[in-house]
Amino acid sequence: MYDVTYHRAGSVQEALDLLESADDGKFLAGGQTLIPAMKTRLAAPSDLVDLRHIAELQTISVAGKTVTIGAGTTHAKVAANSEIGSVCPALSHLAALIGDPQVRHMGTIGGSLANNDPAADYPAAMLALAATIVTSKREIAARDFFIGLFETALDEDELITAIRFEAPEKAGYGKFPNPASRYAMTGVFVVQDGETVRAAVTGAGDDGVFLCSELESALSADFSAAALDGITVPADSLMTDIHASADYRASLIVAMARRAVTMAIG
Amino acid sequence: MTDVTMTVNGKTVSGTVEGRTLLVQFLRDSLGLTGTHVGCETSQCGACTIHMDGQSVKSCSMLAVQADGASITTIEGLSDGGELHPVQAAFREHHGLQCGFCTPGMIMAATDMIRRHPEGLDENTVREELEGNICRCTGYHNIVKAIMAASEAVNTASSRAA
Repeated sequence: MYDVTYHRAGSVQEALDLLESADDGKFLAGGQTLIPAMKTRLAAPSDLVDLRHIAELQTISVAGKTVTIGAGTTHAKVAANSEIGSVCPALSHLAALIGDPQVRHMGTIGGSLANNDPAADYPAAMLALAATIVTSKREIAARDFFIGLFETALDEDELITAIRFEAPEKAGYGKFPNPASRYAMTGVFVVQDGETVRAAVTGAGDDGVFLCSELESALSADFSAAALDGITVPADSLMTDIHASADYRASLIVAMARRAVTMAIG
Repeated sequence: MTDVTMTVNGKTVSGTVEGRTLLVQFLRDSLGLTGTHVGCETSQCGACTIHMDGQSVKSCSMLAVQADGASITTIEGLSDGGELHPVQAAFREHHGLQCGFCTPGMIMAATDMIRRHPEGLDENTVREELEGNICRCTGYHNIVKAIMAASEAVNTASSRAA
């Protein structure tokens, strides 16, 4: 990789100041995507601002149904947190499926969301949970946050500090992982809360994570795996790559939704 | 260049590194701890697995400066030099290696896995937890056997100690 100047921030304000004074700086969270990207020179920032030692980004709070997770929380900590596990076990399950144990010890929820990889797991959960992305400047609804492939509503000088959501009555996640990378070849996160049903799909859309109306209308009528029998999802705007065709992904969406609903019903 | 200080295998060490120096390069090239291997360098194979502050991480996917102030354990620090660590002994006993290239990373991942599962390990859990470590020789069977045996040995020893 090209040489880079490293800075360690002790607070959110210090991180923002360090980034502002850098020529072409980038925030470094767990680094599990950014460091490999720098090694292949896909990314070549002049400066890195390490966020891993900012205590205010590491907090998890569950107050009633309101879950707030600091952006610097690792996947391993989300997966192991008993309070999150009791109000939204689907999110714990999702976190435990990301990458591998070593990656989960470093990678963070904020880093994953800011990167918005089209095959990452957390974006599906945030969209289906109608989560709020809290940043150093404002609060952004998940539906306004994910713009496209590796693209979010974040400004260059804006840092995710936390995510917040209301735990729904029921939630589940079904994932078909790529056998090598463990990224989702298709992942579906479903939520049911009163009259509301949301189903978000990652790993399949050619423009990143999306809410799937075909799944949502079937599940709104009847929140059961059987309600998905015979449902088809159009392959028009799905991804085709060396791993799977758009048609295959279209059928994976229904199959993974069935698994997600089965988990949600428990 | 930046000065870094960290605890490696119980000893405080210092060095001067570039911003881009990977932790694995610092361990191998500056400290001579060549037990930690560089396999794929794309964070998939796990040959570079070490413990940072008690947790398994891939030392090829982090910078040496990120570990400034941390406590690092490498394969060289697992036993005190006399007897093999129970996980090392189990890999020998169960022939959990052939060429041996992946072994240091396997053993560091296994030690962390056993720590996180004091309730014991079944075969499925071991295989799932080995997601981040690739072996191209063994077909994993003996690695899995070794880890399950080591888990039992470690848990029996700690319940005796308690």
